[in-house]
Amino acid sequence: MFGKLDLIQLQQLWWIIVSVVGSLFLFLTFVQGGQTLLSSAAKTELEKSLILNSIGRKWELTFTTLVLFGGALFAAFPLFYATSFGGAYWVWIAILFTFVVQAVSFEFRKKPDNLLGPRIYELFLFLNGSVGILLIGAAVGTFFTGSLFQLDDYNLVMWQHPLRGLEAAFNPFNVALGLFLVFLARSLGAMYLINNIDFRLDMMKNMEKRLRRAAFNNLVVGLPFLLFVLAKLVYMDGFAIDPISGEVVMESGKYLHNLLAMPAALGLLLLGLVLVLFGVFTCRYSRSRASIWFGGLGTVLVGLAIFFTAGFNSTPFYPSAFDLNSSLSIYNASSSRYTLTAMSYIALAVPFVLGYIAYFWHLMDREKLSTGEVSDFNAKEIY
Amino acid sequence: MIEQLNLTMVNWARAQFALTAMYHWLFVPLTLGLSFLLAFFETLYVKTGKEEWKRITKFWMMLFAINFAIGVATGIILEFQFGTNWSNYSWMVGDIFGAPLAAEGIFAFFLEASFFAVMLFGWERVSKKTHLFSTWMVAVGSNFSALWILVANGWMQYPVGMDFNPDKARFEMANFWEVLFSPVAISKFTHATSSSFQLASLFVVGVSAWFLLKKRHQDMAKKSIIVASVFGLLASAFVIFTGDEAAYTNARVQPMKLAAFEGLYDGELNAGLVAAGIINNRKNPGDSQAPFLFEVKIPGLLSLLANREPGSFVPGINDLIYGNSEHNIMGVDKKIAQGRIAVELLSQYKNARKENDTERANAALANFNNYKDYLGFGYLKTPEEAAPPVALTFYSFHIMVILGTLFPLIFLLFLFYAYSDTISKKRWLLWLGLLSVPLAYVASQAGWIVAEVGRQPWTIQNLLPVSVARSNLTAGAVQTTFFLFLALFTILLVAEIKIMFKQIQIGPDFSGMPEEE
Repeated sequence: MFGKLDLIQLQQLWWIIVSVVGSLFLFLTFVQGGQTLLSSAAKTELEKSLILNSIGRKWELTFTTLVLFGGALFAAFPLFYATSFGGAYWVWIAILFTFVVQAVSFEFRKKPDNLLGPRIYELFLFLNGSVGILLIGAAVGTFFTGSLFQLDDYNLVMWQHPLRGLEAAFNPFNVALGLFLVFLARSLGAMYLINNIDFRLDMMKNMEKRLRRAAFNNLVVGLPFLLFVLAKLVYMDGFAIDPISGEVVMESGKYLHNLLAMPAALGLLLLGLVLVLFGVFTCRYSRSRASIWFGGLGTVLVGLAIFFTAGFNSTPFYPSAFDLNSSLSIYNASSSRYTLTAMSYIALAVPFVLGYIAYFWHLMDREKLSTGEVSDFNAKEIY
Repeated sequence: MIEQLNLTMVNWARAQFALTAMYHWLFVPLTLGLSFLLAFFETLYVKTGKEEWKRITKFWMMLFAINFAIGVATGIILEFQFGTNWSNYSWMVGDIFGAPLAAEGIFAFFLEASFFAVMLFGWERVSKKTHLFSTWMVAVGSNFSALWILVANGWMQYPVGMDFNPDKARFEMANFWEVLFSPVAISKFTHATSSSFQLASLFVVGVSAWFLLKKRHQDMAKKSIIVASVFGLLASAFVIFTGDEAAYTNARVQPMKLAAFEGLYDGELNAGLVAAGIINNRKNPGDSQAPFLFEVKIPGLLSLLANREPGSFVPGINDLIYGNSEHNIMGVDKKIAQGRIAVELLSQYKNARKENDTERANAALANFNNYKDYLGFGYLKTPEEAAPPVALTFYSFHIMVILGTLFPLIFLLFLFYAYSDTISKKRWLLWLGLLSVPLAYVASQAGWIVAEVGRQPWTIQNLLPVSVARSNLTAGAVQTTFFLFLALFTILLVAEIKIMFKQIQIGPDFSGMPEEE
């Protein structure tokens, strides 16, 4: 089945797979968004408990999706994995740190004798949701703004900036993308909580109001950053692979050209934004609990548009501004045809995996999370 | 590439991998084994319908969850460390090594992640049977994860199913099934998982023994001991069987590792197995010092275990380094000479390609193919470098084997006294059970030291030395992250142990049990 595809088709297939996983991760950052809402959306210990127990049942999905995103990039585009992780060292280390501390925080926060006390674990969760997501956004931003590196004859990376990746966080475009993702995650987090928590009791009405407002307000705050990113994306010079010589050159309006050359990507972007806005509006101005599905799907579509623009239409997805011809594209950074074919068969399991995740998500969340469930009576089994 | 070698950076990167892998492995074996024990306990609950089993399941599940969280936290660093500290490795073998990692994500991690939440929070949300299914899926998922990562590790010990691509200067996969079903991968997976079942069983036995010593929850403790001892005993049989298999494969594919963990310098016919010994630290390959200050050997046993042939020849470190023409062993000195030619020809080939000189390129490539099997050796400086640290490998191996043989006896004793219902009175045995918990961790860590230190100086056996596999980073950067991880993981470990002890002290919750029980 995949054996008949040639190398270029496989490389494109794998960029699509990687894009899907990356975009699903962006949707699942509602967990991180929820973590940062803890201090503002919850006024009592009970409310805090509700938020943490609600997102606490999903955090591993987000975490695992990030790990799979890394694993898929490793398997399909190992040269990117080697160049980016070994080159942009500090930005990845910083991101990883925030995920390490996140992983223990749900489980440890409320347990007696936990050494650091609940506030520190809440701080860990906040760092993960803020700094972690901001830096991931900045790292994705370098897909468009480029990094400073050179590859030698044996593809060993020589990074040309002393901050080793953290410099990405000083570029306005990258920062704006990062900040937008942080506020988007908060908005998604609020929409997810609206969907997941039982607000029928009178005591819950205030929290519901706060969350519905948070879903809206955070997107409003994030919007200027998104507009800046989009405006810049359309105007900026982009990295392009010259189809004849194969050399990488700068091309003005490259990413606009990509969107116009790939109407599907443009369509995904616009449809995605409309869906996100629709989700946020219904969350704020109706009683709907389904906003997260619109916001989530919209986020996935926007993510796909971003990844497609970065990697397709003769565009190097991990460009080097220092040495244009060290730039990585899906064509020069990929695994061999054999490996991509074998991996494609393995990837056939993905729809099945998505299926059981969706089914058990539904089973678990048929009944909304109630105050009774997180009260002290059940204290041993909650976060 | 070789001019840029910076050994200090390599050593910090190795230290960091050792640190993070050992921390991670503090939590993984308990996850692998306890997940199955949870499934057994819960199956008993569903089969008998007795509330008591549910409470027992829930108690162990609580401990499982605490351990699981920190296992996840320490695990993510390992995956990305291949990129951050070992980027040349990631590029040179990513074509092969990346696949099992991605497969691990797809097949294993999502099973764990999805069903962990159902298992922990789904008692009132899904049916009894669905819940039981979820608990089983957590066990299956965890062990699937072990399968894929050990396939990846097995490939590093015994690289099969691949070819070298001179244009890209990297190794590429040629046969996925050979990688997946490599004998080393199978033996790694079975040995690591069965020994993890052993560790988890000892954990349950040890904690239960503590309850018996404290005269608390004695009924739960006895029931847990019986289930865990049966599981532990079965696992022990597998541990011994797969351990024997591992030694046999080692003799085939990593004879240097075998020689190192036996402290065998000069190969012998009818070689004996060292039962116990003290390594002479001044001994170096090629000199005339005695390898041991003291040793007790079981005659002929090593030949039997390594080759399954009494009286057969087992090569020692000296034979492998300097060669042994009588037994047809090519020395590392010769391999280095051939490897250096391969390195030079590869460079000639690449230059000729750059200059579009097809003829010269083809000639260099044809010649390169004669030497390419020794390419990795071309990066070694001296033949002696090919030997791993002997003392560490030797002691780790012997500690592992001695403890691994002791554990089944402990399970047997517990089973015997549990059935004769006198276990509460055997305080010495209860103490032994409690003490064996840290010993299980020691044995488990020692096993990995044998596997990984014994593979030195190679990242991938005979193909890629650690000095070439590294990233282009300063020693300072890796040193900094080493101490960052050390501090962070140590704090989290202390927190984890404190929480664990507290939860054990609090004990299971048997409040509001139905009358008939």
